[in-house]
Amino acid sequence: MPEPFEPRIVAFFCNWCTYLAADLAGTSRLRYAPNARVIRVMCSGRIDPQFVLDAFARGADGVLIGGCHPGDCHYQEGNYKCLRRFQLLKRLASQMGIEDDRLRLEWISASEGERVRTVMNDMVEKIRALGPLGRRKEVEEEAVVA
Amino acid sequence: MKPKVAFYWCASCGGCEEAVIDLAEKVLDVVAAVDIVFWPVALDFKTKDVEAMADGSIVATFLNGAIRNSEQEEMAHLLRRKTQVLLAFGACAQLGGIPGLGNLWNRDTIFNEVYRDSPALVNPDGVFPVTEHRDNGHTLRLPKFFDTVLTLDQVVDVDYYLPGCPPTPNIIEQAIGALLSGKLPPKGSVLAPDVALCEECSRRDTKPEKLALEAFHRPSEVLIDESKCILAQGVPCLGAATRSGCGAQCVEGNMPCTGCFGPTSRVRDAGAKSLSAIASMAASNDEAEIERILAGIPDPAGMFYRYSLPASRLRRKRQEAV
Ligand code: SF4
Ligand code: FES
Repeated sequence: MPEPFEPRIVAFFCNWCTYLAADLAGTSRLRYAPNARVIRVMCSGRIDPQFVLDAFARGADGVLIGGCHPGDCHYQEGNYKCLRRFQLLKRLASQMGIEDDRLRLEWISASEGERVRTVMNDMVEKIRALGPLGRRKEVEEEAVVA
Repeated sequence: MKPKVAFYWCASCGGCEEAVIDLAEKVLDVVAAVDIVFWPVALDFKTKDVEAMADGSIVATFLNGAIRNSEQEEMAHLLRRKTQVLLAFGACAQLGGIPGLGNLWNRDTIFNEVYRDSPALVNPDGVFPVTEHRDNGHTLRLPKFFDTVLTLDQVVDVDYYLPGCPPTPNIIEQAIGALLSGKLPPKGSVLAPDVALCEECSRRDTKPEKLALEAFHRPSEVLIDESKCILAQGVPCLGAATRSGCGAQCVEGNMPCTGCFGPTSRVRDAGAKSLSAIASMAASNDEAEIERILAGIPDPAGMFYRYSLPASRLRRKRQEAV
């Protein structure tokens, strides 16, 4: 029998908010789907769209971006920059056949551990329904024989 | 004995061949300095002539075009074997180029459009290309068309890259000069300056340090002021993330840079980089307003991957989604 599909999610979390919220969720023993590999960044404005595409190309089934609420970014503008990039990147991703539910942006403050749990569980559920993205296989194997 | 040189084309428009002729009278110097042993567009040599050559006997092959069918793939392998220095000539060979946008589709959807659905088509018998056809005891063969357009270096090892759609005469001259003198940079180099086009653009001083744009326009929608940075006027110009060396010809012609020279060495995914820079310029913090501003860029894949989709991180649209 093939192994059941476990979505792999790469989560880019801002150091000042969502990363702390995920930490809080952990220390308050809130259980949530263990499918995410979390990458801490100093600000959501640091997330280069290249990182996101790289994650998909290397086998992520979904990418979650977590940043500070509007007005709360430690570097003032970072999360707005992130939002602008995200909007256009989302359209590009859809042109590349990456479904909407696979790429998500959430504003989660340091105190919202519960929110991390809700978002993560919801995202894993939706991606489980979509199935694997399978880009890694496609990207690597097509290079040999088209 | 003069060094043996070959030119070949794969999936390309022919513009790269023109570019060689664009060397004008200098092309005569080139012809005098080398022995052209294969150049299908201009000289009558056949594949079997190449097959008969000793391996490694061609000093340099300039190969333009992407690889999108089995014949091109075979020729790339054959020429690689016969050649000491293989140069990916032009955007299609280097990055996939305009044909690379075919990676938003696949063989079936492209064939259906071209041989069945196109309004300009007359094909009453519904003939589609096949790889083998028998008629009267004869067998005819056609190359296999791939689902995915590939860059040259996704098929064979490439020594150097000449960027551009097509490469400009100065770039070609310098490359030939370097080859003939043996003064070649490290293998894998792109033979053009490793700085962004904005650096050599005559409008550079009019590009503000920080840009905030309230709308994006296509070049056909506005009158572009010839004295000011094109991007600052709301027309996406990709000069900030594109390699220089072209002499800013498009900007000199009052048109934005569309990125044909590809990225500098510090960029992994040219399209994502340009997208990032340009999206950040939308002058709003409000979700709906940002959306309105960015609606001025209706086709991000076509704009940011115009020449580089096969070389991008994702390479193509997901097959199941085509
Ligand atoms: S954005 Fe375009 S017009 Fe402006 S400085 Fe750069 S290359 Fe020149
Ligand atoms: S510091 Fe959290 S989004 Fe900028």
